Amino acid sequence: MSTILEVKNLKKYFRTPKGLLHAVDDISFKAKQGETLGIVGESGCGKSTLGRAIIRLHEPTSGEVIFDGQDITKLSNKEFDKVRPDMQMIFQDPYSSINPRMSVSEIISEPLIIYKRFNNRQGIENEVARLMDTVGLARRFANSYPHELDGGRRQRIGVARALSLNPKFIVCDEPVSALDVSIQAQILNLMQDLQAERNLTYLFITHDLSVVKHISNNILVMYLGNMVEYASSKDIFKTRLHPYTKALLAAVPIPVLGMKKERKLLKGEITSPIEPKPGCRFASRCEYAKEKCSNEQPELIEALEGHFVACHYVKEINNI
Amino acid sequence: MEKLLEIKDLVVHYKTSEFTVEAVNNISLSINRGESVGLVGETGAGKTTTALSIMQLIADPPGKIVNGEIYLDGVDLCKLSQRELIKIRGNKVSMIFQDPMTSLNPVITIGEQIAEVIRLHNKVSRSEAQMRAVDMLNLVGISEERFNDYPHQFSGGMKQRVIIAIALACNPELLIADEPTTALDVTIQAQVLDLMENLKKEFNTSLLMITHDLGVVAEICDKAAIMYAGEIVEYGNLEHIFNKTKHPYTKGLFESIPKFDEEVERLKPIVGLMPDPSNLPDGCSFAPRCPNRTEECTKGEIPAIEVEPGHIVKCINFIA
Repeated sequence: MSTILEVKNLKKYFRTPKGLLHAVDDISFKAKQGETLGIVGESGCGKSTLGRAIIRLHEPTSGEVIFDGQDITKLSNKEFDKVRPDMQMIFQDPYSSINPRMSVSEIISEPLIIYKRFNNRQGIENEVARLMDTVGLARRFANSYPHELDGGRRQRIGVARALSLNPKFIVCDEPVSALDVSIQAQILNLMQDLQAERNLTYLFITHDLSVVKHISNNILVMYLGNMVEYASSKDIFKTRLHPYTKALLAAVPIPVLGMKKERKLLKGEITSPIEPKPGCRFASRCEYAKEKCSNEQPELIEALEGHFVACHYVKEINNI
Repeated sequence: MEKLLEIKDLVVHYKTSEFTVEAVNNISLSINRGESVGLVGETGAGKTTTALSIMQLIADPPGKIVNGEIYLDGVDLCKLSQRELIKIRGNKVSMIFQDPMTSLNPVITIGEQIAEVIRLHNKVSRSEAQMRAVDMLNLVGISEERFNDYPHQFSGGMKQRVIIAIALACNPELLIADEPTTALDVTIQAQVLDLMENLKKEFNTSLLMITHDLGVVAEICDKAAIMYAGEIVEYGNLEHIFNKTKHPYTKGLFESIPKFDEEVERLKPIVGLMPDPSNLPDGCSFAPRCPNRTEECTKGEIPAIEVEPGHIVKCINFIA
């Protein structure tokens, strides 16, 4: 399969009164068409900023985003408008990401009108109806307002809106986190069906590790703006190499009896992402940390085939 | 074992001029001393209303305990005056609320907030209350230098520990925890769960753990009650609930969760949506979504059946 998106050394820094906040610091990866790349990490690690920087909702500080063969960070706004229909986003909170004063059909048709996809009302109406069918929203809701609908249905509006311009690539920022599990499963199935049908590529951002395992082909683990581990979903869950990934996966409560394990608790303070010191950002909480870790930033290396880790002592820790 | 809390036939309604929301419908539940019970359900199942009923904190109007008794140590809490209740809240029964960001007073130091509850319930001097507050801080793993800090100076996990310190300051016999870790990251959640478990062992406190996460229940509870549309549809020890699941809703919940320990191609969501609590269907509330539904399900009251000692299921077509 072909690579549709390549991110090279992407950085996004924010200016704050206390100094530069390194929200996304030197991230590189490739995403193949028709696959899902999961971005995992805890709150504040920069995963949403990464998603937004890729589709230029935040202008990247530096780095390249090569989408469909061209570096979109170099495009002018006008040129980028031509690419935007191919890159869409589904937001986390179905309660605040849609305009409460627009009806369902207005919300879904807005992109179609902006991009002048149809030249008559009938065409737009037919397309909205088709999109509503696609995401499983009954047509009787076309004239309803968001407050009349529950969270699951609102998220379906978000999905329909993202699909309306027939994109190739969708950034999904915690699309199911606000939903109950029985509804969450409905939305996840819908997203998988759409992917298979339309050969969509997802960048799936979430803090829920069972969800990301279920939906992703590859997984990128972030910690305070850095990439700490990148591998196929299977590899990460079978052989996690980075100490942070190990602690993260061990902390997930599993709904099976007899699985209870000794909790490995992380101690120590979280390093500030504002003007970070050189060295590994996880060092202050890492049980294996040595002097080198707080002086020198570890490079991302291919520790096993297709399995990338940023840790000085990955070989020693894992006996590889 | 001795019963500490016994809820009998509790019914709670919220009344507005237009409709009545039947939030809790005839639930009975008891908790022994030193026992942890998980109360599991999705949004709107009535979990928090049940907890607030125990605390006698249902806002009236619009809420009202229509029927039922809640015995704590043999005393019916529903019959007590406000003055008597004040002596019990925070002393014999404490509650941890879901959102650590909003349940602390932002303009009072955290040390003072812990000392306050100690002074309210014990005849102690201000300085002695402060000393005991410092002990509580140490207990939850916060250094005493932070006694005079304000809530905004703490991270989410630290705030939740302060709230736990307040809740445990007077050695309650019953601790009600309403989604205490939902707002936290998994590594921080693991720390808080670990802390709660240690404290439970140390003080033999009973725990009512409200959660939507069956993984948390598997880690920390002895028994579980599954709620749906204001009713407890299944109740039993963890072995009953996790390995001998009887109610179709409980089974549906388990099947909706993406599995962490095995590969599942497609999730099996529960079809449909939770019924509107102001317009519940006749008979079993789950019947419209239930794969085992027969005609009898939609008629009359569904009996609670004890399928084996201690395992109760509210379903006439339960899973064999």
